[in-house]
Amino acid sequence: MLDRLQELKEEALKKVEAAESVKELKDIRIAYLGKKGPVTEVLKGMGKLTAEERPKVGQMANEVRAAVAVSIEEKEQKLEEAALAEKLRAESIDVTLPGRPTVKGARHPLTSVIETIEDIFIGMGFTVAEGPEVETDYYNFESLNLPKHHPSRDMQDTFFITSDLLLRTQTSPVQTRTMEKHEGKGPVKIICPGKVYRRDEDDATHSHQFMQIEGLLVDEGIRMSDLKGIFEQFVKRYFGEDREIRLRPSYFPFTEPSAELDVSCAICGGSGCRTCKQTGWIEVLGSGMVHPNVLRMGGFDPEKYTGFAFGMGVERFAMLKYGIDDIRHFYTNDTRFLSQFHRV
Amino acid sequence: MLVSYKWLKKYIQIEDLTAEEIAEQLTRSGVEVDIVTPMNKGVKNIVAGKVVACEKHPEADKLNVCQVDIGEEELAQIVCGAANVGKDQYVVVAKVGARLPGGMKIKRAKLRGQVSEGMICSLQELGFEGKLVPKEYAEGIYQFPTAVTPGEDVIPLLNLDDHVLELDLTPNRSDCLSMLGVAYEIGAILGREVTLPEVKEVESTIEAAGTVAVSVEAKDDCPYYGAMIIKDVTISPSPLWLQTTLMAAGIRPINNVVDVTNYVLLEYGQPLHAFDLERFGSKEVLVRRAFEGEKIMTLDGAERTLSAEHLVITNGKEPVALAGVMGGANSEVQQDTTTILLEAAYFSGITVRKASRDLGLRSDASARFEKGVDPNRVKEAGLRAAAMISELAGGTVVSDVTEYDALDRGEKEVTISLAKINDLLGTAIDTVTVKTIFNKLQFAAKEDNDIFHISVPTRRQDIAIEADVIEEVARLYGYDNIPATLSYTATTPGGLTELQAKKRKVRRFLESVGIHEAVNYSLTTAEKESLFEKRSAERIKLALPMSEERSTLRTTLLPHLLDALSYNKNRGILNVALYEIGGVFHTNEAALTTQPSEKTYLSGAFMGLWYEHAWQGEKKPVDFFVVKGIVEGLLEELAIDADVRFDQAEVTGLHPGRTACLKVNGKSVGVIGQLHPNTAKAWSLPETYVFELDFHQLADQDEKVVRYAPIPRFPAMDRDIALVVDENVKAEEVEQVIHELGGDLLKHVALFDLYQGEHLESGKKSLAFSLRYQDPEKTLTDEEVTVVHEKVLVGLEERIGATLRS
Ligand SMILES: [Zn+2]
Repeated sequence: MLDRLQELKEEALKKVEAAESVKELKDIRIAYLGKKGPVTEVLKGMGKLTAEERPKVGQMANEVRAAVAVSIEEKEQKLEEAALAEKLRAESIDVTLPGRPTVKGARHPLTSVIETIEDIFIGMGFTVAEGPEVETDYYNFESLNLPKHHPSRDMQDTFFITSDLLLRTQTSPVQTRTMEKHEGKGPVKIICPGKVYRRDEDDATHSHQFMQIEGLLVDEGIRMSDLKGIFEQFVKRYFGEDREIRLRPSYFPFTEPSAELDVSCAICGGSGCRTCKQTGWIEVLGSGMVHPNVLRMGGFDPEKYTGFAFGMGVERFAMLKYGIDDIRHFYTNDTRFLSQFHRV
Repeated sequence: MLVSYKWLKKYIQIEDLTAEEIAEQLTRSGVEVDIVTPMNKGVKNIVAGKVVACEKHPEADKLNVCQVDIGEEELAQIVCGAANVGKDQYVVVAKVGARLPGGMKIKRAKLRGQVSEGMICSLQELGFEGKLVPKEYAEGIYQFPTAVTPGEDVIPLLNLDDHVLELDLTPNRSDCLSMLGVAYEIGAILGREVTLPEVKEVESTIEAAGTVAVSVEAKDDCPYYGAMIIKDVTISPSPLWLQTTLMAAGIRPINNVVDVTNYVLLEYGQPLHAFDLERFGSKEVLVRRAFEGEKIMTLDGAERTLSAEHLVITNGKEPVALAGVMGGANSEVQQDTTTILLEAAYFSGITVRKASRDLGLRSDASARFEKGVDPNRVKEAGLRAAAMISELAGGTVVSDVTEYDALDRGEKEVTISLAKINDLLGTAIDTVTVKTIFNKLQFAAKEDNDIFHISVPTRRQDIAIEADVIEEVARLYGYDNIPATLSYTATTPGGLTELQAKKRKVRRFLESVGIHEAVNYSLTTAEKESLFEKRSAERIKLALPMSEERSTLRTTLLPHLLDALSYNKNRGILNVALYEIGGVFHTNEAALTTQPSEKTYLSGAFMGLWYEHAWQGEKKPVDFFVVKGIVEGLLEELAIDADVRFDQAEVTGLHPGRTACLKVNGKSVGVIGQLHPNTAKAWSLPETYVFELDFHQLADQDEKVVRYAPIPRFPAMDRDIALVVDENVKAEEVEQVIHELGGDLLKHVALFDLYQGEHLESGKKSLAFSLRYQDPEKTLTDEEVTVVHEKVLVGLEERIGATLRS
């Protein structure tokens, strides 16, 4: 009987080994371990055995059952793993195919420059002021120390609508408007971004419409050295820590003394190149101490208050920052241009 | 202003500095030099020559064979094509081996069988601009006005060893519109003296009978008028030095008399005018305003019609010059002129500017008068010119200056304290330094206890107040020496206004949705506007537009956005979504008298696919609901706490069946819609959708406050219903009824299907909604929901005839 059991065990294990599916294993289980299976059959003959033999056979039978059961379980697991592996293999994809793009609209480069500059000055305690684009002669010229017939009016060829109404040629009128609102009390700390207009033929470097950012700080005891100090902060934050500044005497009717601000050329580091016309410096904005007449017309007492003002061209800043070579790109809205700025 | 470096050396000692170094110094202290140009544009080995013989080329009509003495043992034979070449002329010869501008090298050549050893040059061939070459030589070779030594190097002769500084002057520095002014400026920078030209006293042999009379009617326009007479002059070309000096300064030599007036104009910055006294028509100079409509033919050959705001010089009857702008053709100095009436006057800047602008006529004279000439140099300039004319044209100055003189020659006085200077600049400059600066500027300054009393020379018309003087000190002290400080000003909270912050919010939202930002011009055409707005009377037009294309202020952002779509489409970019946030201009006035209302609009335009996933084959063309979804998202982003509705609407330019008006609290704030096919056609666009919103009105609404709501603890129950309704029933109406009848338990209603077509009666449509019921206090039972749900269904049928779809 023991031999028979041993035989059955070997036979069953061989079948398990050969099985190729879970179904086959199930059949083997029923066939060998079921109530009608050969092991049970063998045990039925136990009655004929001696009392000594019985436990041995019983033990042997249990061992055989256990061995077969373990083997089936192991095999089952192996088959499941194989089946899963097969399934995963079938599910494999080409990971090099492009992903589904997320959408991102582009910020216009001019907006980007304006917001960056706004944020730098907001950080220094400035607020953002705005004003109308159709201005009166008074705010655009006269209140800025440009009386009628002043030769400097030629510097800015103007689009007139009537003899008194015009498209503003600069964002400076916002200076007077803001000063008036302060009713002669400082400090006034504003920057004013906006569109301005001049009678220029559109070409690579001229545009009849462009954007400016005006800045104004009026308070008691403001000095020209403060203007230099604030520019140093601004330039390092906008253009980079390694950039140097210099002021050059200039002329604007609404400031006295007046200065152009130059920034050291990023391309050559100051040694001279084509971008900076071999000078090592790039002109970035006009500025100066607010002219006493302008303070007076804004309702401030020039004996008590002083201040500085500056104005910069947004297109120029964007052109310098992104290496854009034609100002008309800003107003064409070619999506091949715009989409380049989706990261800015 | 073009400044010859060599000429400058007559007035100031600058031998130790190159033209470039001078330019750098000027630029750094406020007189910007644009560029320094060498007069020599690459010329080498060019000598003076004398044409000894000149014969027609045997084989060619238009060529001459010349024997030219170039200072060598043998004459050089040169074939010359210029019509004005001739025997005994002194000419410019490019020898064999010479170089001309552009790298051209002169070689020995054979022209139709004749050897040619070099080339006789025109000034243009030497690099002079055609418009500066004296007229008589403009079409041919140049001839020296007097004998020169054959073989002599032409480079110094023609001033080609000079450098020219091109000043980019700001309008305040009109003093630098003269050589002397520039010399003073350099003198101030370097601390050097200026040498003034020697003005010879006129030997006045007054002939009472021959003297002209001067009277001025327009006294404010002309506070000074001086006239001098020079008799027996011989008009001829100017000497070489004068010709080359003028050409370097960008002025074409004409004749010895006119050239002298131009020379002195450049030297002193004082415009002068020479009349031919015989052609003048009388011996009486009368300065008056022109009569309305009075005419004058100016020297440039154009007839000008004048107004009573223009000033003229007359002979007592008719105008002979447009004062301070240009002389008249009727009294022009010509070849046969023998008597000169020389004018040295002071005309008011405003009057000259007015005439110059009205007539579109700018001249070297008007540019100077406009900005104000030095009252103390008017007469001196006249005397200088008279003496030079008599020297160069051989005449005699026959009268002293006959003049009308009411000119204020006083110097402006400015008082300023050292403290004030340092307070404004943020510097610690000492008294001695400031004194030295005033000395360098040649400003007479008295100092008393750190208070300076300054007399400003009249050549510096730009300096009148303390701030002007401070700038002078600052620029000579050096802007580089001003420290950088941070102001003591009170700390202020910086920031954006609510409106500005919302503008940024809207931009971020639209970027996140995938729409590019466009920026367009505010000026457009009335025609484009009319496609969206029928009214035309209130459109704002420029008085003098540069082109029709940019003539009218926009009242809508849409036309330019459509231009942008069209631009992209023409370049093969078919899927485009753009938005713009910008100003529009509206008025109720037919003729503008006050500033128009400026609103900020927020608009978008869309064409082609809204999204596309190429290799997965997904494609979604833009449609009304894509755009509506974006607008709804915007309203959500702005957290508008108001009643918001989209009403079917008809709007000019848009599709009558696919347009909605956005209403906030019953007030229209914008539109969404498909472009009317005719409008689309006008821009050659495919199916296009747009929105346009009044941003200020949106931003002005109350904002929803964020408040925490407890998270429901009991489950919700969803019931879906498919309703059949008449096709003209709006989804919104159905939803409203459901909400109304669902009561407190109904928490949410969502439309999830729209069907029309097969299996439905015609004229009907099916709308499917998902209804969510929920009680915050307990778990709802099926029965409880059914009671409410039935009520909803019954109500739907009663109120809008909606039946459940089987
Ligand atoms: Zn550089």
